[in-house]
Amino acid sequence: MDQNVVLTMRGITMTFPGVKALDHVDFTLRSGEIHALMGENGAGKSTLIKCLTGINAFEAGEIHVAGIQGPVVNHSTLDAQKKGISTVYQEVNLCPNLSVAENLFIGREPKTRLGTIDWKEMNRRSQKIMTDLDMNIDVTQNLEEYSLALQQMIAIARAVDMDCKVLILDEPTSSLDDNEVAKLFRLMKQLKEKGVGIVFVTHFLEQVYAVCDRITVLRNGQLVGEYPIAELPRVKLVAAMMGKDFDDLAAIKSEEAPAFSDEDLLIDAQGMSHKGTIKPFNLQIHKGEVVGLTGLLGSGRSELARVIYGADRNQTGTLKVKGQEVKINAPIDAMNLGMGLLPDDRKAEGIIGDLSVRENIILALQAKRGMFRLLPMKEQVEIADKYIEMLQIKTASRETLIRQLSGGNQQKVILGRWLATDPDFLILDEPTRGIDIGTKTEIQKLVLKLAGEGKSLIFISSEIEEMLRTCSKMAVLRDGVKVGEITEELSQETVMKAIAGGGSDE
Amino acid sequence: MNKLKKITGKPLFLPIFCMLLVMAVNIVYDVSSGNFAFNFFTISVRNGVLYGRLIDILNRGSEVTILAIGMTLVVSASAGTDISVGSVMSLAASFCCMLLAGYGVSAANDLAVPLIVGVLGAILMGCICGAFNGFLVAYLNVQPMVATLILFSAARAIGLLLCNNLIVYVRNESFQFFGGYLGFLPTPIVIAAVCIAIVGILLKKTALGLYIQSVGINKRASRIAGLNSARIIFLCYLVCGLAAGIAGLVASSRISSADSNNIGLNYELDAILAVALGGNSLGGGKFNLAGSIIGAYTIQAISITLYALGVSTEQAPVYKAIIVILIVTIQAPPFKAWIKRMNAKRALEKGGAAA
Repeated sequence: MDQNVVLTMRGITMTFPGVKALDHVDFTLRSGEIHALMGENGAGKSTLIKCLTGINAFEAGEIHVAGIQGPVVNHSTLDAQKKGISTVYQEVNLCPNLSVAENLFIGREPKTRLGTIDWKEMNRRSQKIMTDLDMNIDVTQNLEEYSLALQQMIAIARAVDMDCKVLILDEPTSSLDDNEVAKLFRLMKQLKEKGVGIVFVTHFLEQVYAVCDRITVLRNGQLVGEYPIAELPRVKLVAAMMGKDFDDLAAIKSEEAPAFSDEDLLIDAQGMSHKGTIKPFNLQIHKGEVVGLTGLLGSGRSELARVIYGADRNQTGTLKVKGQEVKINAPIDAMNLGMGLLPDDRKAEGIIGDLSVRENIILALQAKRGMFRLLPMKEQVEIADKYIEMLQIKTASRETLIRQLSGGNQQKVILGRWLATDPDFLILDEPTRGIDIGTKTEIQKLVLKLAGEGKSLIFISSEIEEMLRTCSKMAVLRDGVKVGEITEELSQETVMKAIAGGGSDE
Repeated sequence: MNKLKKITGKPLFLPIFCMLLVMAVNIVYDVSSGNFAFNFFTISVRNGVLYGRLIDILNRGSEVTILAIGMTLVVSASAGTDISVGSVMSLAASFCCMLLAGYGVSAANDLAVPLIVGVLGAILMGCICGAFNGFLVAYLNVQPMVATLILFSAARAIGLLLCNNLIVYVRNESFQFFGGYLGFLPTPIVIAAVCIAIVGILLKKTALGLYIQSVGINKRASRIAGLNSARIIFLCYLVCGLAAGIAGLVASSRISSADSNNIGLNYELDAILAVALGGNSLGGGKFNLAGSIIGAYTIQAISITLYALGVSTEQAPVYKAIIVILIVTIQAPPFKAWIKRMNAKRALEKGGAAA
């Protein structure tokens, strides 16, 4: 074994009901390297990591960790941590109702001589960890007081503090903005210097090329290959992931912004707001129009959409739909007006984990019909099958529980749920977060197709390029205020400038 | 082997298995004591009504079964339990008897108001209590245990207040019907069957089951998908209260009185246990009503078996606890995982030997 190697996985195999999730996959990690693990949804990235950290039991194969004799089998994350393997998952897996310090030290709290928890010491050490990472926050506050991005950073801080040899970052950047990503990368490079081996799972190609030394590509549960970064340019990486040459992205391009007349006005919000999240705003959306909401995380882009949909209560101003003033008290009212919302927090607000794919797809339609008009099973099956095929959802069957699907496929199910209600106006909040490039492209194409059918959409994404491709108008938000709209000269530059704010730079 | 796996994998396998186990114990006992082996299953007709251990279980188990229906919905939708059902039963019984006997009267042979007023009174009282619990849990976000603790402790006292601190007797044949016989069948069996049928049809023919499970699994996501999560949780508590009202009516009719301190005592625990025995997670979400119902009758079967075995009333809870520990252990996920591992190991060894 190479002196530098800290972790090897050989011939890892595991099956989920009906699907071979991993098929003899090899993976090697050296100390002091950042190693990207790439692949589309369902390629087996998350599964491989779960095998390593003991969440899934694998059926065949061996894992070796430097400094430990013989093959290693972890039975739990705790087990893995003891062997120096720490993980930060895609979705923040911390306890929101505990303080930051408690989260950092949960399961390994410093003890006083009496055996009770030494709170003072815990808070002091937590504060130091946070300060060392350039994060000036109060560690005694509950975790839920902080943004999703900060929670993610705290999760990483926790992993880093546990003296790990192997640090696994599973989609750590999908909820971070550029500034925070830069901070994280600095941190990753620091750790690399210290000799930590980092496994980095992400869908952002730019980020791979910004920090990684090596790439391992998986496809459909099989190993495609391991490459030094210099030998695998972007186009080849995409080709390796998809198993084909790929220029579909270039094919998406919205046509010249069509002119909309007042007659086509679908949504007309005047002075709507929700205290603490979004200040009064006006927004008009026409039939067939795709409006992008852009701004930094926490700028109010999601919150604006939520107020229109009634997920958060509108407290001022009025909303007109097709010229009629309406009052929305709950999401169901909005749905009856032809709206739908794909929320950004898939786990908390999207999927119903223990229900099947079929039940998840028909849920919104059934809610619209009301309790007493149950969709006949035959129709449910037809609808489910239709969207599984249309959106190419990878699932063992329509009766598989949705939580057994990969993130991107879960997202497609939620998308299917809304398409099944045949909405006039669909809000997509980060529909492409944490999903692979092929699916991203499909979703963008779908957005344009729906707009072409005369449906209106709000599209929210952290990736400006995506919105440039799909939106005909962009509303810019900053600190809970809608600061402007850009309809002409939509380009990365103009949008970035608007987000950053005009006038004198600080 | 595969067939066996198919059967053991069915959601209702364990509740039914437990029930069969209890029956087997009965058979062994009867054989060993020289009785007819199928004594347990023997149903005879005496004095024009059905008679037998099985009938006894169905009859005596009616109240817990009715409660278990409501409890199943509550557990599923709110991931919590309604611990007030026993007390609410008692309150409903007190209210019913007070109406029928007239306020302040301790024993009546003639009804002060038409029977239907008393019956509806009991049901209404159950609904009011259910609505109160539901309001606290669904709209004020009080934890279910805490919210229902209020009526758990207060309902019996309110009942005593209504009855002027007396045990009110209603020795009237028309009232005794609910705990008596309908033709040759004990009425409680019929009432329980009707309750099961109504809820079963509701779950089958409407989207209620989907709504409840969806809300129980993910309240926020259900709201975004257009469900009124709070209203569904409220509804479940209302149904649970209604069930307690009906159970209270049956229980008081059995003894022709409203004994506030004893009616429905510890029934909430049996109802919760029934839900658990039925293979339902007390953490909410997916549920199986049939499992809960089998669970409720299993509890009753255990009690009656113990009495048949000659265990004294005072000692019975000890044996019941032992049996419950066994049944719950068999159903626990870690135990199932262990069995699975053992099976896999055995299969591996067998495979190795073959190769």
